Amino acid sequence: MLQIILGAVSLGLLWAIMTIGVYITYRILDIADLTVEGTLAMGAAIAAQAITSGMNPYAATALALVGGLLAGLTTGILHTQLKIPALLSGILTMIALYSINLRIMGKANISLLRTETVYSWLQNLGLSDTNAVIVLGLIFVMVIVCFLYWFFGTELGSAIRATGNNPKMVRAQGINTDIMKIIGLVLSNGLVAISGALIAQSQSFADVQMGTGSIVIGLASVIIGEVLFGKKNFFSRLVSLVLGAITYRIIIALVLKMGMPANDLKLFTAITVAIALSLPVFKTYLNPVKISIKEGK
Amino acid sequence: MLSVNEVYKVFNPGTVNEKVALRNVTVTLEEGDFVTLIGGNGAGKSTLLNSIAGVFPVDKGSIIIDGTDVTKLPEHKRAAMLGRVFQDPMMGTASNMWIEENLALAFRRGKRRTLKWGITNKERMMYKELLAPLGLGLENRLTTKVGLLSGGQRQALTLLMATLKKPKLLLLDEHTAALDPKTAQKVLELSDKFIREGNLTTLMITHNMRDAIKYGNRLIMMHDGHIILDIKGEEKKKLTVENLLERFGKASGEEFANDRALLA
Repeated sequence: MLQIILGAVSLGLLWAIMTIGVYITYRILDIADLTVEGTLAMGAAIAAQAITSGMNPYAATALALVGGLLAGLTTGILHTQLKIPALLSGILTMIALYSINLRIMGKANISLLRTETVYSWLQNLGLSDTNAVIVLGLIFVMVIVCFLYWFFGTELGSAIRATGNNPKMVRAQGINTDIMKIIGLVLSNGLVAISGALIAQSQSFADVQMGTGSIVIGLASVIIGEVLFGKKNFFSRLVSLVLGAITYRIIIALVLKMGMPANDLKLFTAITVAIALSLPVFKTYLNPVKISIKEGK
Repeated sequence: MLSVNEVYKVFNPGTVNEKVALRNVTVTLEEGDFVTLIGGNGAGKSTLLNSIAGVFPVDKGSIIIDGTDVTKLPEHKRAAMLGRVFQDPMMGTASNMWIEENLALAFRRGKRRTLKWGITNKERMMYKELLAPLGLGLENRLTTKVGLLSGGQRQALTLLMATLKKPKLLLLDEHTAALDPKTAQKVLELSDKFIREGNLTTLMITHNMRDAIKYGNRLIMMHDGHIILDIKGEEKKKLTVENLLERFGKASGEEFANDRALLA
């Protein structure tokens, strides 16, 4: 059982980076960016191809980051400069990335068994595979959370936050909202690509399909984090995303353990997210009842 | 300070919804002018203001602010010169962000956004001092989300934001129309105070004839995309509502058709 939980935690930490990326677009910019489905697989594809070609795993992960930044840039330009709706821009890039990812890898998947990965040095220190992923995942997550906490507190970061909130007001303050959206998308997809690279190295393979449904997993983690761990200030929000991603993985591990067929996983996740997203609607149904009780007194 | 030359704007050209909003409008504002802009529905008041702010491009003509031709500049570039308050209290602030964060965004209007920290302690002190005279208690709520404020509080804050960095031109687009009468009056008095203290060149749309007469040193009335009345100085001081309605009738050949303006 502990092994299952630890496995879920390790996977959750890697997916947390992806979750933070989804949070940047979905919550901060108020854009549902589907690019991430392609970017996750792209990060994995670039890292896997680079590592099997003999590149240092950290350099390979950095290269994956660059790929992700470019993917975000593409969606950003499609959306802001060519005026294609955000959702469609993301879908276009995502579809394009499917072909690009196949080209990067030259085939549908690459095995990373018995190759050096970012986790190797920790495993050489005597850590188990799972613990190595947890330690390195934690390091990555902490660095990224601190970076984002700083970044979104800067003048530029504040402008990006305001853009997702009220673009008209932001333009009236002399800020180019197009550029702010592009920066947000670039940053988000960069993180997702890192996440993909780290996931591929921990599971020892990259697959062109591995991004499918990832946006829903990301959203589920964002929402679980917000519901369970609150959103007092920006730092606690970022931490709640990490905890949300881990909780999601633990939930999945538990329902699988309880005997749910793995094939039903995506259906289960989709239903969970649908319920969570519709909570505000249910609340408005419930609230009038409370008020009428008060008035009845 | 502002010169609008022969500006022409048509919406939805070539469709059944085609609407000429501005028909070669020409107007010049001197430094320190406080102009109230009045007119019926669809007269072109908001279109004129939005053209100056660069919300959309104009079809013909030019707009010059303080010697700079801004006709081709995008909205966010013109913003360096403009302070704006909108009709909808939701429009002028970022509701998910704190009061101090909103002020900090406005304090940097027209400046490049860098990787420096978004707000300094020195600024916080300044914001407190500036918020206190509003008499709304906002000076003790710097880290309250703006979304929790009332419409009047938000408009007062937006007004402060618009003038925090002195604009070359202040554009007020019916900024009290969405407020209850008492609050509207307070916000209007506050605007007048800000404008006089800062000697701000201002263009204010109002639907209230009495306010249009009471405030400012110059009154402009629009009708069907034209400026039909431009009353300044001593002549403006002597204006009455009846007088204004009569002159409108003469200038336009129609009855004044804006219920809100008449009933207010």
